[in-house]
Amino acid sequence: MRIEGRGLVNRARPMGFTFDGQAFIGAEGDTLASALLANGVRLVARSFKYHRPRGIWGAGSEEPNALVTVGEGARQTPNVRATVQELHDGLVARSQNRWPTLAHDLGAVNDLLAPFLGAGFYYKTFMWPRAFWERVYEPLIRRAAGLGALSGLPETARYDRAWAFCDLLVIGAGPTGLMAALAAAEAGADVILADEDSLMGGRLNGDSGEVDGLPGHLWAARTVERLAGMENVRLMPRTTVTGAYDQGTYGALERVGLHLADPHPDVPLEIFWRIVARRAILAAGAIERPIAFPSNDRPGIMSAAAVRTYLNRYGVAPGKSVTLFCNNDGAHATARDLAAAGVRVAAVIDTRAEARIEGDFPVFPGGSVVATGGRHGLQEITIRHAGGQRSLWTDCLAVSGGWNPTLHLTCHMNGRPVWDEAIAAFVPVPGSVPGLAAAGAARGVFSTAGCLEDGLAAAREALGELDLSPPRLEAPRAEDGRYAIAPVWHVEGLGRKGGRAWLDLQNDVTVKDVRLAAQEGFASVEHMKRYTTQGMAPDQGKTSNVAALAVLADATGRGIAQTGTTTFRPPFVPVTIAAMGAGAHGKGFAPERFTTSHRAAVERNAPMLEAGLWYRPAWFPRPGESTWRESCDREVLMVRESVGVTDVSTLGKIDIQGKDAGAFLDLVYTNTFSTLPVGRVRYGLMLREDGFVMDDGTSARLAEDHFVMTTTTAAAGLVMRHLDFVHQCLVPQMDVRLVSVTEAWAQFAVAGPKARALLDTVLDEPLGADEFPFMACGPRRIAGVEGRLFRISFSGELGYEVAVPARYGESLFRLLVAQAESLGGGAYGLEALNVLRIEKGFITHAEIHGRTTAFDLGLERMVSPGKDCIGKAAAQRPGLHGPHREQLVGLRPLRPAEGITAGAHLFREHAAAVSDNDEGYVTSVCFSPTLGTWLGLGFLVNGRARHGETVRLVDHLRHLEVRCEVTDPVFLDPGGGRMRA
Amino acid sequence: MRLACPLCGTRDRREFTYLGHETFLDRPAPDAGAEAWDAYLHLRDNPAGETRDLWYHDPCQSWLVVTRDTVTHAIHGTELAAGRKRGGRR
Repeated sequence: MRIEGRGLVNRARPMGFTFDGQAFIGAEGDTLASALLANGVRLVARSFKYHRPRGIWGAGSEEPNALVTVGEGARQTPNVRATVQELHDGLVARSQNRWPTLAHDLGAVNDLLAPFLGAGFYYKTFMWPRAFWERVYEPLIRRAAGLGALSGLPETARYDRAWAFCDLLVIGAGPTGLMAALAAAEAGADVILADEDSLMGGRLNGDSGEVDGLPGHLWAARTVERLAGMENVRLMPRTTVTGAYDQGTYGALERVGLHLADPHPDVPLEIFWRIVARRAILAAGAIERPIAFPSNDRPGIMSAAAVRTYLNRYGVAPGKSVTLFCNNDGAHATARDLAAAGVRVAAVIDTRAEARIEGDFPVFPGGSVVATGGRHGLQEITIRHAGGQRSLWTDCLAVSGGWNPTLHLTCHMNGRPVWDEAIAAFVPVPGSVPGLAAAGAARGVFSTAGCLEDGLAAAREALGELDLSPPRLEAPRAEDGRYAIAPVWHVEGLGRKGGRAWLDLQNDVTVKDVRLAAQEGFASVEHMKRYTTQGMAPDQGKTSNVAALAVLADATGRGIAQTGTTTFRPPFVPVTIAAMGAGAHGKGFAPERFTTSHRAAVERNAPMLEAGLWYRPAWFPRPGESTWRESCDREVLMVRESVGVTDVSTLGKIDIQGKDAGAFLDLVYTNTFSTLPVGRVRYGLMLREDGFVMDDGTSARLAEDHFVMTTTTAAAGLVMRHLDFVHQCLVPQMDVRLVSVTEAWAQFAVAGPKARALLDTVLDEPLGADEFPFMACGPRRIAGVEGRLFRISFSGELGYEVAVPARYGESLFRLLVAQAESLGGGAYGLEALNVLRIEKGFITHAEIHGRTTAFDLGLERMVSPGKDCIGKAAAQRPGLHGPHREQLVGLRPLRPAEGITAGAHLFREHAAAVSDNDEGYVTSVCFSPTLGTWLGLGFLVNGRARHGETVRLVDHLRHLEVRCEVTDPVFLDPGGGRMRA
Repeated sequence: MRLACPLCGTRDRREFTYLGHETFLDRPAPDAGAEAWDAYLHLRDNPAGETRDLWYHDPCQSWLVVTRDTVTHAIHGTELAAGRKRGGRR
C-alpha cells in the first residue's frame, strides 16, 4: 500500500507492468519489488526445494527469495532479483518454479515430503542401483532443479565490455563512499564512484535520519550533484563491483539498458567493466541478517531495514499491521518510522530482556517469535515472552538479527575475515586485498556519523598513498548511536517438533539440516555448505551464511571464530555470460588481418580461408567450374604450364640488421648464413632449444649487415618472439636489431615457365637471361616503384617473389594478374599452392608439427657440424634419430584414383589396423593433376629405408582403407631442373 | 594481473606472453652434457613464494625478468632481460 506524501518515487509518472499476466501500476523510481508491495502483492515466488510460498525479504542485491523471470522472447531473463529490477513501462515479469500457477503449485507436494528430503537426501537416496544414476536419477533431478528457465533463443541484444582507469575507486555510495569520494575528488584525485543502486546514497535513502541538518537523502543528492560537476569524478550508478583481482584490477557490471522500456538497439543491456585503480575504498555497507525461528519464511516476513527502505524511499507500507522482531537497537527505527508514517505497529519484540523500547505500541523485551501462520502470506504470529505466550494478528513481520559487513571483495584474494565479538559479525582484515581498504559499515562501523568520519579517514589515507594532499574537509554532523546487539541466531519452536526454521531461504536449508550435517560428520563449514547447499546459488548466502555457521558452531561445540566462514569468491552478484563475453562472438571474436590483395581476390569471387588471423584466397573460380577441385586442378596445371600469381604477404618478414647479423642467423638457424654472399637467398631450418623443428623459411642477404628473413604464416609471431629471446636473453652483446616488417611489404609469388616473361612486363628493366639465377635476390624497380626481387620457389617451378611497399600491393597484384592472364596464366589460391608444394615434397606446419626433428624430416644434413645453434645439443640426444623414428615419406595409392586422407594411420600390409601395429600417419594429401594421382606426405617408422614397400593406409574415422606405395617425398622433378631453369 | 614494462609502463597481462623461469637465461655450453641440458630444458622448482620468470611484452618486443610471489601474486619488480647484469643472480 502506497502512503501519501512519502517516498522518493515520482508518482506523477505512473508505469504499467504485469506480473504473471496481471496488470499493475507502479511509479517512476520503483523497483519491481516496491511496485509489487505497493499493489499489495506479497506472494511472488516458490522456494527451490519445497516449493514453499515466498515473498520479498530485502530491498537490495542480496535478495534470496524474490527471483522472477523478466522479459519475453529472446529478452527473457530468468532469476532476476525483483529488488534490483527497476520498473519501466511495459515491464513483463513472471514467477518461477511453480506449476500450474503461483498460488496453486503442485510442486508444493515436496513440502509434505520434507521429512524425507533433508540434507544429503540426494547422496543417500540415489546411490543404488548404480546404473540408475545416469539414466534415471540425474535426468529427473535436473528437470526438478533450478528456478527460472532460459528462452532457448539466440541472444540478440547488445552487451559491451570496457576498461576504466582511476586513482581511487570508491565501491558503494552510501555515507561512507560519498564522503570518501568527495574528499578524494577535492584533493584532485581521479575518482570513480560505483554503486549498485540507480540512486546513490545507500542507507541515507532508506532511513529517516539527518545529515548536516538535512534529511539524509537530500544531503546525499546534493553531494552526488557536487561530485557530478567535477571533471575528475566519474559516477557509475547501477554498477556492481563484482570482483577484486591482482594489481588493483576490479571487475564491474553496469546495467545500462535493463531499466529502459524500449532501449535503442545501440544501447547495451549491460557493460562488463574492468576497472584499474591505484587505490580502492570498499564502502559497500552491510547486509541485515535474519533470525531463524519456526516458519520464518512466509511472505510478509522481511528484513527490518528493507521495511524502512520501502517506507521511506518508495512510500510503501509492506503491511497494514507491522510487527518488529529484533535483537539490536538500530532496528527500533523501523517501528518509529512506521508509527510516524501512520502505519499500525502491532508489537515490538526484542530478544534482549534489558532492551529499552520507546513508542506507542505493545513491547515485548526478552520475547521471541515462536510460530507463524498464514498460507500464502503471514497472518499471525505467536510470541513467547516473560509473561507467557500470546498470538497476534499481523501481516508483516520486520526482522533484524543484526548486520553483516559486506566484506566479500576483501576475500577475493584469499583474505579471511575475523570475528568481532562486539558487533557479533565478521570484519575484514586490513590488507587482504593490496590497495583496497574497507571503510564504514563494510568494516563494522554502524552509525551514520561513524561512517562519514570513516569515509573521510579512508580517503585521507588513500590520498597519502597517492601523494596528494588531503583537502580541508570535515565530516558533517549525523546520528551517532551505539550499535547495541545481543546475538540471536535461532529460536526454538513450541513442542517437541517445533517446526522448521529457515536459515537459507534461497536453498531451503533449515536449522535442522545444518545440525544433521554436523551430526553426520560434515562439521567443517566448507563440508556443511556442500552437504546442505547452504550459501550456494545466485545469492551465495549473503543473508544466510553467518547464521548458518553460528548454528554449526553451536552444534559442534566450537565458537564462531573457530568455525570460520566459507570462501567468498567472485562474482559478488551473478554476471551474465553475455556481458562477460560481450563482442567476442561472430566477427568480434578475433581481429581480421587482410592482405593488400584482399579486395581484388574478393572481387574475383575467391572464397577466403582463415589462416590464423589472416584471410587468404582458397581458389579463384572461373565460369563453368562448379567444384573447388576443378578450380584447384586448373590453377595447378596453369602454374606448371604457363604462369601463376599468388599473394604470399602473410608469411612473416623480419628485418635483421647489424654488424653481427650473420653470426646471429648462424645461431638461430641450423645451417650457416654468415658465409652467404650479398644478393643471395638461402633456405634455413630453425630448431627449438629442445631439438625439435620450430620453423623453416628463407633469409636473403641484402647487404653485408642486412638480412630479410621469411617465416611461415603460422609461426610468424612465434619466431619473432624466439629471435627476440635469443638476442635479448642469450646474446645481448651481439650488434643486431630485429623488427617485424610483415605488414610493411606486399609480396607476390610469380611461378611457372612463363614467370620471367611476366616479370619482364612489370620490371622497369627486364632481366637478362643469366642475370638473376636461382636463389638470387636484390633491389629492383617494379612498375616505377623501389621493390625487391627474390628468385625462390615454393612450387618447384621457375619462380620469383616480388615485394613492394604495402601501399603499392593492391595495384601490383592487379597488374601481375592481368599480365599473367594475357600470357595464359592467372591468379592461384591456397589450395593450388598446397598441391604444388606436396608434389614437390616441400614441408609446412602439417609436417613441422612440433614433434618432428631435422632427422625425421630428412634434413639432418642441414644441421651444420662446424658451429653451435639453438637446439643442436638437444637434437643429439639418444632416441631422436635412428630406424625407430617415424620419417618423412611420400605415399602413392596403388590405384591412383583412390582418395586418401590426412590423419589416417599407416600399417604393414598384412597387420591388423590396431594401435599396437601403428607405424605412422599421414600429414598432407592432395590430388595431383600433374601426375594424375592422389599423393600424400606422412611419417613412417624407418620410412626412408622402405621406399617401394606397400603399406596400408587406414582411416578409422572416415572408414577408409587404401594400399599405398611408400616413396621419396619429392614426387616431381627431384633434380630441381624446373626451378633452376 | 598487471606488469610494469620498464619501457611502456604498467600494462594488463593480456599484452604479455609467459615463457618460464629465468633459468632459461643460463644456456649451457654446447658440450655441457646431457644432465646440464636436461636441467636447463626440463627441471624447474615450484616455489611457494618469490620466483623470477621471463615474460615478453608483445607491443614493444621486450623480454622482461619479473620478480613475483606465487602465493600473494605481488609483483616485486620487472627489468629488461637484455639490460640485466650477467652472473649477478643467485
